[in-house]
Amino acid sequence: MNIRQVAALARLELTDEEAGRYEEQVGQILHYVEQLNAIDVTGIEPTAHAGALFDVYRDDVATGNGLTREEALSNAPLVAQDQFRLPKVVE
Amino acid sequence: MNPATLTISGLRAAFAAGDLTPCEVLTSLSAEIDARDPAIGGYLSHDLELALADAKTTDLSKPLGGVPIAIKDLINVKGHPCSCASKILHGNYTSPYDATVIRKLREAGAIPFGRTNMDEFAMGSSNENSGIKRCRNPHDPERIPGGSSGGSAAVVAAHTAIAALGTDTGGSIRQPASHCGIVGLKPTYGRVSRYGLVAFASSLDQCGPMTKTVADAAAILEVISGACDRDSTCLDSPVPRYTGELGKEIRGLRIGLPAEYFAAGLDPAVRERVEAAVKTLESLGAEIVPVSLPNTAHAVATYYIIATAEASSNLARFDGVRYGHRAQADDLIGMYGKTRDEGFGEEVKRRIILGTYVLSSGYYDAYYLRAQKVRTLIRRDFEQAFAKVDLIASPVSPVPPFKLGEKHSDPLAMYLADIYTISANLAGICGISVPCGTVAVEGRELPVGLQLLGKPFGEAELIRAAHAYEVSRGW
Repeated sequence: MNIRQVAALARLELTDEEAGRYEEQVGQILHYVEQLNAIDVTGIEPTAHAGALFDVYRDDVATGNGLTREEALSNAPLVAQDQFRLPKVVE
Repeated sequence: MNPATLTISGLRAAFAAGDLTPCEVLTSLSAEIDARDPAIGGYLSHDLELALADAKTTDLSKPLGGVPIAIKDLINVKGHPCSCASKILHGNYTSPYDATVIRKLREAGAIPFGRTNMDEFAMGSSNENSGIKRCRNPHDPERIPGGSSGGSAAVVAAHTAIAALGTDTGGSIRQPASHCGIVGLKPTYGRVSRYGLVAFASSLDQCGPMTKTVADAAAILEVISGACDRDSTCLDSPVPRYTGELGKEIRGLRIGLPAEYFAAGLDPAVRERVEAAVKTLESLGAEIVPVSLPNTAHAVATYYIIATAEASSNLARFDGVRYGHRAQADDLIGMYGKTRDEGFGEEVKRRIILGTYVLSSGYYDAYYLRAQKVRTLIRRDFEQAFAKVDLIASPVSPVPPFKLGEKHSDPLAMYLADIYTISANLAGICGISVPCGTVAVEGRELPVGLQLLGKPFGEAELIRAAHAYEVSRGW
């Protein structure tokens, strides 16, 4: 496993010490889970959800019981002009 | 009378007799927490003023009227903090809404009071992964309370709460309940709404009661169950009157004993207590039947692929944009990476890395898809067993609670102790842990739990059998 590549995918900026430790520990866990390779799963359907899943529909009308703008912004680290403020994205 | 030692039933009786008021109970509980919780660490916070305001409007005629309930710190309660015991949310997040389980508790008259300690984002089996503070087992302060709902179990066991809510993704209600000597019930997947619970693994998570008695668990389950228009996986299946199961006979009930759950690795003293409990169930007229769950040995591996994959996706939302901690950085990607590295603890990062890897291009089929197929095999094991029996009985944990720090440096050893609980989450069935005695370890009596597992939406049988055992166990 390329720990730096996986950490980049996960948006985790790891220190060198962390990267080394996680690479070793996750490697051990992966070694353990590879026992599943010995199981014959030919023709077995995957289970994504244990329960029976049904499509649930409702009328496409606003219920008006969501968060207000003020509530939605109430925990934001930085707000400007009633919006979430972020570091500059576009050069 | 110290109200903190009461059960829900006892508290309701005291209200009805006019011996206590909800405000008196809250004030007294708050004093108990201030005096005794610092030595346990079960609570991350409690706000007496907010609770007293709720108490003034509570309707004592409702099923849980005036009953304070401690809440695991990953369930949103409007106006309360919700940190998931993580530095990424601690001190900088106040819930702007109520989870559905909280709305239902409030409608039944209950008062959410106190935020309980837990493993960060529910990732752990010992509560040692709390990013905020250590939680201890009230039966031996040198030992773990279990996890991830360790705080909820500890405060109920220590009588610094009347009852609590926990969540269970791989045993996080049942295992700490067993280790702390209380009752913990994991409902069937889809029985209780997950709306407003901070998600760990969405196909496995369920919220349930952690209580002093089976009757109290039934009372809470009856209130929090049922369809939710904000959780499409929460099924619109009628909610039975679970409290009506209390006191019913179990004669003729067929209870399966899975050979794989009484195998190598099970502590002999734990085994003895569980087998004695099974004998008690038999003496009450239950028929004990051997069953097999042949894929048990693969459950831990399957779980740690599926749960970490789902977690890596769910925890993507903690990016420093809309809530929680934000690190300073010049560009957006740098801000994400630094925020998440600073905010998440070690186990959370480890699981995000594992989950990201098993979902990544080129590895998805080998790990994630294969694990989902083995999950099908595990589910079939239970379907075949439940064709023969009504319930399954087993230990909850193979060992008594271990010492703080004993397994903390070896994540895999910790995962392997979840062997008896995680299959229920993979199969989506319901389960309960009921105290069935203690074992003496180094001069301390440590609790042991009996696990009963039920068919999907079989909570009624689970409660009936657990209650019959509880009133017959002789202590």
